[in-house]
Amino acid sequence: MTISTPASATGLWAATAMIAAVVLCSTAGEVLTAAAMKSIGDLDAIRARSGLRGAIRAVLTCPLFFAGVSFLALAFFSLLFALNHLNLSLVAPASASLTLVTNAIAGKIFLKENVDRRRWTAAVLVCIGVYLLAH
Amino acid sequence: MAHERLLPRQYLILLMVAICAPLGDTCLSRGMTSLPAISLTHPATLIAAVFTPWIAFGIALLIGFFASYLTALSWADLTYVLPATAFGNVIVAFLARFWLREPISLERWAGIVLITLGVSFVAQGPSLTVRPAIERSATERLAPEKESFGKIAEPAVPVAQEQPR
Repeated sequence: MTISTPASATGLWAATAMIAAVVLCSTAGEVLTAAAMKSIGDLDAIRARSGLRGAIRAVLTCPLFFAGVSFLALAFFSLLFALNHLNLSLVAPASASLTLVTNAIAGKIFLKENVDRRRWTAAVLVCIGVYLLAH
Repeated sequence: MAHERLLPRQYLILLMVAICAPLGDTCLSRGMTSLPAISLTHPATLIAAVFTPWIAFGIALLIGFFASYLTALSWADLTYVLPATAFGNVIVAFLARFWLREPISLERWAGIVLITLGVSFVAQGPSLTVRPAIERSATERLAPEKESFGKIAEPAVPVAQEQPR
């Protein structure tokens, strides 16, 4: 992994586009995976009914799950690509913290989750916190 | 199955999500930095790296993370699970402070406080968005015999009779 290239060597727009690609792919991956797991149902209940093998089969036979994992893999590779051009200390905290906010937005729009004021506050606090911690 | 309050077993799974991800990453990082530089022209060295103890342990932890993350998503909202995952960073910061004796800067303390505050905000609320229509159909699918109150009462009777024994 090359992290020696300074962020300033890459243009602001290119850096923004790279981080946006990581954030968007990982948000799509998380939302699709969450939708897949909700469509499968309570995994603990499935495991109690048909064992660990049954639970694994339930996950592996869900097409949405594979769509989610594909986007998560895409997010991983776009992270590697971004790390090749930008500093780790910029990419890691920026993508980790922004993903929290985009997930809250996507969770509300696509998963119809009840993102109330409490969850918005949490998303923003954790977003700033992760940035400060990882920076 | 919607739980306003999570079961202790479910909190344990959230804790697994929080701990396994950052610890797995740390193990991978430790394993990879101790190896000599790997070039893409020799991909075999990358495969050999998988079998070194730190990296193998890191991969095992990340598999554990993914399994518990999927389990958590099956009974809790994404916007509930993610802040819990972020709390793992706080755990790792404390591990680094007290186990590896790494100093924590003021900026990082501020981050720890903000994440902890955020997680406590989410934890006070419900873990799953309740949708009456879907909820009912899911319950019927899981327990089709519980269609009316009369039918629920029937199996309860023999159980009650067995109790005095």
